[in-house]
Amino acid sequence: MINEFIGKAGHLFVIITFISALYAAGSYLWASIVKDEISKKQWQKNGRIAFFIHIGSVFATALTLFYIIYNHHFEYHYAYSHSSKNLPVYYMIASFWEGQEGSFLLWIFWNCVLGLILIFTSRKWESPLMTVFALVEAFLASMILGVMIFGVKIGSSPFLLLRDVFDDPIFRINPDFIPADGSGLNPLLQNYWMVIHPPTLFFGYASTLVPFAFLMAGLWQKKYKEWIRPALPWTIFSIATLGLGKLMGAYWAYETLNFGGYWNWDPVENAVYIPWIIQVASLHTMIIFKKNNTALKTSMILVIATFLFVLYATFLTRSGILGNASVHSFTDLGLNGQLLLYLLVFLAISIFLLSIRWKDIPTTEKEISTYSREFWIFMGATTLCLMGFQVLIPTSIPVFNAVLGWFGIESNMAPPADQVGFYTKFQLWGAILVAILSGTGQFFFWKKMEKSKIKEALLIPILLTLVFSSVIIMVMKIQNLTYILLLTAALYSIIANFKILLGFKAANIHLSGGSVAHIGLAMMLIGILFSSGYSKVVSLNQSGLLYSRDLSDDINRENVLLFIDETRKMNDYELLYKGQRVKIDGVGGYLKKNHFDQTKESHKVVAKEDIIKNDKVIIQKGDTVGIRAENTYYEIEYRKEGKRAFTLYPRAQVNPSMGLVVSPAIRRAVDHDLYTHVSTIPDPEVEVEWSEPETISLRGGEQFFVNDFVAVLENVQRVVEVDGISLNENDVAVEALVQIYGKNETFTARPVFIIHNNMVGNIPDIVEEAGVKIALTNINPQEGSYELNLQTTQKDYIIMKAVEKPLINILWLGTLILMLGFIMAIVRRFNEFRKLEVQ
Amino acid sequence: MKKSHILLIGVIAVAIFIIISTAGDASSYVTFSQAKALFESGNTKKIHVVGELPKDSAGEVIGIERGEDMVSFSFLMTDSNNETRKVYYNEPMPPDFHRSEQVVVIGGFRDDIFIADQILLKCPSKYQEETVKVTGVKTLD
Repeated sequence: MINEFIGKAGHLFVIITFISALYAAGSYLWASIVKDEISKKQWQKNGRIAFFIHIGSVFATALTLFYIIYNHHFEYHYAYSHSSKNLPVYYMIASFWEGQEGSFLLWIFWNCVLGLILIFTSRKWESPLMTVFALVEAFLASMILGVMIFGVKIGSSPFLLLRDVFDDPIFRINPDFIPADGSGLNPLLQNYWMVIHPPTLFFGYASTLVPFAFLMAGLWQKKYKEWIRPALPWTIFSIATLGLGKLMGAYWAYETLNFGGYWNWDPVENAVYIPWIIQVASLHTMIIFKKNNTALKTSMILVIATFLFVLYATFLTRSGILGNASVHSFTDLGLNGQLLLYLLVFLAISIFLLSIRWKDIPTTEKEISTYSREFWIFMGATTLCLMGFQVLIPTSIPVFNAVLGWFGIESNMAPPADQVGFYTKFQLWGAILVAILSGTGQFFFWKKMEKSKIKEALLIPILLTLVFSSVIIMVMKIQNLTYILLLTAALYSIIANFKILLGFKAANIHLSGGSVAHIGLAMMLIGILFSSGYSKVVSLNQSGLLYSRDLSDDINRENVLLFIDETRKMNDYELLYKGQRVKIDGVGGYLKKNHFDQTKESHKVVAKEDIIKNDKVIIQKGDTVGIRAENTYYEIEYRKEGKRAFTLYPRAQVNPSMGLVVSPAIRRAVDHDLYTHVSTIPDPEVEVEWSEPETISLRGGEQFFVNDFVAVLENVQRVVEVDGISLNENDVAVEALVQIYGKNETFTARPVFIIHNNMVGNIPDIVEEAGVKIALTNINPQEGSYELNLQTTQKDYIIMKAVEKPLINILWLGTLILMLGFIMAIVRRFNEFRKLEVQ
Repeated sequence: MKKSHILLIGVIAVAIFIIISTAGDASSYVTFSQAKALFESGNTKKIHVVGELPKDSAGEVIGIERGEDMVSFSFLMTDSNNETRKVYYNEPMPPDFHRSEQVVVIGGFRDDIFIADQILLKCPSKYQEETVKVTGVKTLD
């Protein structure tokens, strides 16, 4: 039966979530405005209770949705579209946030966690701060509300029944129809990163609200300077979490998704990059303010911009406006108006508060000296903002087209054709400046500099930089001028920051978070420079082939075709494609795919013969075992001088709804990665065209040729069971054992000849990889010979691409050091805040 | 003039430069005939063309030719003005290519052939299920 109760309960929780958030916002608002101390206390208490109810109902909503997914209630659209029966629990958790509604819920959840912490730590800030928080929660909750008000749909509920979403004829015949299985979690996303990347990223998104809410509270309550101290540790926390979330995504893209690398300048990636880089700029101006009371207004503008750009990113990725421009935006749920309203309301609130207070905000007329740390940090922040701006403009092209469309002007502007080249061209120069400034700025940060001492202090780092960079330029043969500049600037940043690090006394090492973070950043720049700038297609073959007969230009092919069992030269290696492999649940390693037959259930296969590993039978013939259905691994042996060097298993998923999804296999060395992926495989959905059958007659042990292979009819034996069916007394069945010998692999075929219920028949055996179909069509007992019917088709093949990415490990190491620096800085700032509270 | 003013002017100058160069580097959605005209006028900028794959009466996609070694391929595409042109792509054919509803090619003409640097495919129900799979119906009692 359709369980309608659970969905209704879930929907009720969503409504309570929304109303309690509104009520909390109202109560806190009133508590902040009212003068009378007693009613202030009372309203604050009201607000708190409402927010606790809000938190409770958010938990209840999330648990209900998870209950629906976990118990496979496929009568619900969310469970049907994002989950299926064979998913392990951790992927069920992932399917929770695969859809838009679930990811909004995740965001709401994180805001609850942050709100709870702030209620108990923010003391006198609570009322104004939580007003902003509760208002944001109300907006987010409205996105999953799913109610009609005056004929306008507000939000998209995750608790919709399938029959209310799909207009499928089946529901007219049987309204109580429940699909037997869900359509599953997108196979592309079935990866442990899908379990940890979205929660981290959304925690980062959610945490950008904290500095913004402190600023709003500060403007409102005229505490123009005080808001910075509590906002600062949260800003660092937010940068670290959002940065970690992004880097996880980058690593995931590199390791599994095969979007071409770790960063692709895709609009969705850009949408997160912009608030992040602006937030980094805001951190720096906030630090300037703490040091000498300048840059207060700039800090305010940047904190507001960060939060608004998060809302803008939400609008871009979820409204469907990016359309074809991105590979990974969400599907359009018709929430455009609501998302836009959310953005505009907070834009209006920020502009309003900032403009009525603008004249009141204290400023200093002090001129910044070129030799002050503030000047250098400010320059750095400016550079970061310009880098963000440069990404903002082209990413917004679909928005410009839409806006022009509203005014009746048709615009056909498209994003730059070569996105990576386009963005790199600008961001590279930004990175050079940032590296130089981060090296120099840190120097000024810790030491008051006199004009005359500058040369002295910078001399050694500059000299060391020049020595190191010239050595690296010569060894790595770098000729591109911008690359040389970036390398030198990044080295300078590492060396200068390292010198500062050495200057710290052991007791003060906890203050060095900034230096550590900047060293990490500079290492990342070097890693990116080499792994992207010098990434080399090793499967390139300067074939001298023509574009086509109609054109005369030469073209380099970046892919190679590998037929099974044939070696082919690629660069320094010989490659050998050895066949398709699968992974079986509970058994390690890669097993031959043709040793298993598919059962009716997509994730279960049955073994065709005993599977032996290390002289032990690990799976017996006829055993049914579990398999990740979509995954096929292609065993590629890399050889050097005829000997196996290593083996890679790039993966492909063939999925009816997604087409071909490929994942790379990576050979990791200390100084480079060799990245191999399948570009195409024979389409499994196209019916195989077999050649005209050729009939041969031969005796046991005799050799023959089929599809360029040598084959031997080893023996023919009587069998008592065919396809798991026991035979009658009068039935006869014999099975031929045919071995097909490739140069490197041996394939086995077992065609069957059968007399069942007085009918003569045969069951041919197909060796897909060799492209051979063999049938045992007749037995001639007098002559002791057998008749085989041979048909052939295209041998199995793959087309693959291999790319070398030098020094990519410096990038990953740099990210770890960057994170370490952030953690040190958060601990330090948080302790400062605590000490101040104690005083 | 104060230093902060100089900085402000500098920032505005860079921002204007960014906007202008973005406008210069931005591509555009055009038809085959416009793309051809661009090529003939010597403009080598990469552009986007949106179209569909022509099909025969049996619904089979026509005009796909695989290149040597199967590492490249060419196909016919019909744009929104119903003009059909040959498009060449120097990458192996994606296995689900012939199932795509809409194709966006990014590149430009070289003589009479459109050379695509990138192809974006829009396949039916790629990210969202549209209908229920009725196979394996769970009968209800």
